[in-house]
Amino acid sequence: MSTQITETTIAQDAELNSLDLLESEAIHIIREVVAEFERPALLFSGGKDSVVMLHLATKAFWPGKVPFPVLHVDTGHNFPEVIEFRDRTVERLGLRLEVGSVQEFIDSGELAERADGTRNPLQTVPLLDAIAKNKFDAVFGGGRRDEDKARAKERILSLRDEFGQWDPRNQRPELWNLYNGRHTVGQHVRAFPISNWTELDIWRYIARENIELPGLYYAHDREVYERDGMWRAVGPVSEPRPGEEVVTKQVRYRTVGDMSCTGAVASDATTVHDVVREVAASTLTERGATRADDRISEAAMEDRKKDGYF
Amino acid sequence: MSTVTLGTGTLFRFATAGSVDDGKSTLVGRLLHDSKAILADTLDAVTRTSADRGFGGENGSTQKIDLALLTDGLRAEREQGITIDVAYRYFATDRRSFILADCPGHVQYTKNTVTGASTADAVVVLIDARKGVLEQTRRHLSVLRLLRVPNVLVAVNKIDLVGFSEDVFRTIEADVQKVAAEIGVSDVLVVPVSALEGDNVVDRSAHTPWYTGPSLLDILEALPTTDELERGLEPFRFPVQLVVRPQGALAPELSLTDDGGAAFRDYRAYAGQVASGAVSVGEEITVLPAGRTATVVGIDFAGTSLERAVAPQSVSLRLSEEIDIARGDVIAATGTFGEVSQDVYAELCWLSTKPLREGSKVLIKHGSKTVQGLIRAVTGKLDLATFAEAPASGLELNDIGSAQIRLASPLPVESYARHRRTGAFLVIDPQDGNTLAAGLVKDHPGDHEDERYVI
Repeated sequence: MSTQITETTIAQDAELNSLDLLESEAIHIIREVVAEFERPALLFSGGKDSVVMLHLATKAFWPGKVPFPVLHVDTGHNFPEVIEFRDRTVERLGLRLEVGSVQEFIDSGELAERADGTRNPLQTVPLLDAIAKNKFDAVFGGGRRDEDKARAKERILSLRDEFGQWDPRNQRPELWNLYNGRHTVGQHVRAFPISNWTELDIWRYIARENIELPGLYYAHDREVYERDGMWRAVGPVSEPRPGEEVVTKQVRYRTVGDMSCTGAVASDATTVHDVVREVAASTLTERGATRADDRISEAAMEDRKKDGYF
Repeated sequence: MSTVTLGTGTLFRFATAGSVDDGKSTLVGRLLHDSKAILADTLDAVTRTSADRGFGGENGSTQKIDLALLTDGLRAEREQGITIDVAYRYFATDRRSFILADCPGHVQYTKNTVTGASTADAVVVLIDARKGVLEQTRRHLSVLRLLRVPNVLVAVNKIDLVGFSEDVFRTIEADVQKVAAEIGVSDVLVVPVSALEGDNVVDRSAHTPWYTGPSLLDILEALPTTDELERGLEPFRFPVQLVVRPQGALAPELSLTDDGGAAFRDYRAYAGQVASGAVSVGEEITVLPAGRTATVVGIDFAGTSLERAVAPQSVSLRLSEEIDIARGDVIAATGTFGEVSQDVYAELCWLSTKPLREGSKVLIKHGSKTVQGLIRAVTGKLDLATFAEAPASGLELNDIGSAQIRLASPLPVESYARHRRTGAFLVIDPQDGNTLAAGLVKDHPGDHEDERYVI
């Protein structure tokens, strides 16, 4: 080890904390993808990870505007306040919004409603359709490796074939900060610039940067009923069954997805700092606490990803 | 509010390397479990699966679960009980956030170790206390030496299975130091651990009173990062990723200002990540490979003006002159770079099943630039067990060897032995786009750049 390191050189480095380093890494990746691909797009649902992604993109290209459109795969079961937030954000930043609609595919008979009513797994077909139609060659996602054990094996640039499939056993090695985005006709790349962030990093960053989120991420009163140990919102696609008692509770959402499979958690965290504290003390993972679709099997996420899911 | 930390700790990246059955996944599981990074629902799932597989125990104690299940995430991995691919894990202590690259050891160990080590501030090499130093250990240390991993730790695992014997540990420790010295890895720290029982992983163990050093996690919390080690020693290097020139396409909130964004109409800056060193406003820079010079007049980050930027910050630089700069150019501190060259001598870690042959055409990605290259000659293959080079004319998967490459246009490459950030490149297959090799630039034969520092 070098003996030439002085106290000052160490002290200077202390300027960069873990959030600074994660932010810098993400911006580097976003810029690489924009520079190397013809038609990138960002998956934007209004969920916290995609909001952070969009925030990072505005920082990466300041003072220019974000140089790519956003794509939302709408299950048709989204929370109305999240759709409203999505539209407001897109307008504020002057972006083009492409929407892939699960409902349209169901209406045309190309997709069938699942017996359990969950529409998250149905997003893959409209997603691949929108990618093909718009000729997107790179799609940014807010996926994080800490979310799921299959995602822990995902690359930052993930090559997908013409069926959008992920082949976990045949991935390109990713070395240093040199990202290989080469692809041939029909292939595209999923880019995950915040791969190395944890849920707590996301919330600390939202607090630090004062980033606006849909209100349902914070504690509010809502009519809910309990199913599978989760609090489900009462709504048109999420009706209580006989015997499931509807109560008004103070809840918040840790993840925001399809209303039919996303559960709320009991919480009194009304501010971003409350949420940071709550997440830091939580004993459950965000998907375990709130996603019915990931409880289907131990490899639910892996199976969806192999078929072309985010 | 005062108790909320906004991410003030630093970030430390480390990787694990081991042979089959060294208990690497168990060690990783133990680190995650004991540092409370495993949450209740994950632990429940692992406990259920462990029970299904015959790991007994109704009391739910951690010894009764298969800790390896915490890291082996893919269906095929769980079915076969092996780790297939590098997995990334995250945990934090009060002092640091950790990114752990868990590299499988059995198949394609070179590929996985090279991948994990390329970004690592430290690598933990596992040794089975019952087996001692193996050829695999020598290979791992050779790869780490080659990639210049700044901190190397050796965990002598399963110390419980040798009765917590000091003699066994001291013998292995001496062997490790001897092999490390032969290969050229210095300052190796050796720790006796039991991943299964938890001894010396997170907390010091009462079973090894003869070991007075810190636990594995204590060491990982205290080691300096690569950037901390290199800060102040490396010259400024900044590969340009893109030119920021918004003209009409200003961020909407800037167009809404009093002057309608006129202040940014002629804005022009060069966006990138500081690869090494630091830059301050007022300093003179040279653009490589062309050699034109200018002065830094501004360092911008998302609307904030900085006086100084250090590696690895992502920023945009504004310059005094409007000179021709494009993606792929490198902005360097003036007077710190020798000559750019079209001939590169390099060590190649071959990562593809498609073998390397002399005369192959490849793509070379260095910094933000990709150029064509011709493999003129393969000049040798490294014997990882001895760190000696033997003659060769080609390289196969997991081989490491030397080659001479002719580039279609010059690149500002530097010797990896002295510049970890600017001495690295990828070799890419121009046909299918796959990554073929990790490249480490060597000095040109006959070059005598002064040793400026040694890690």
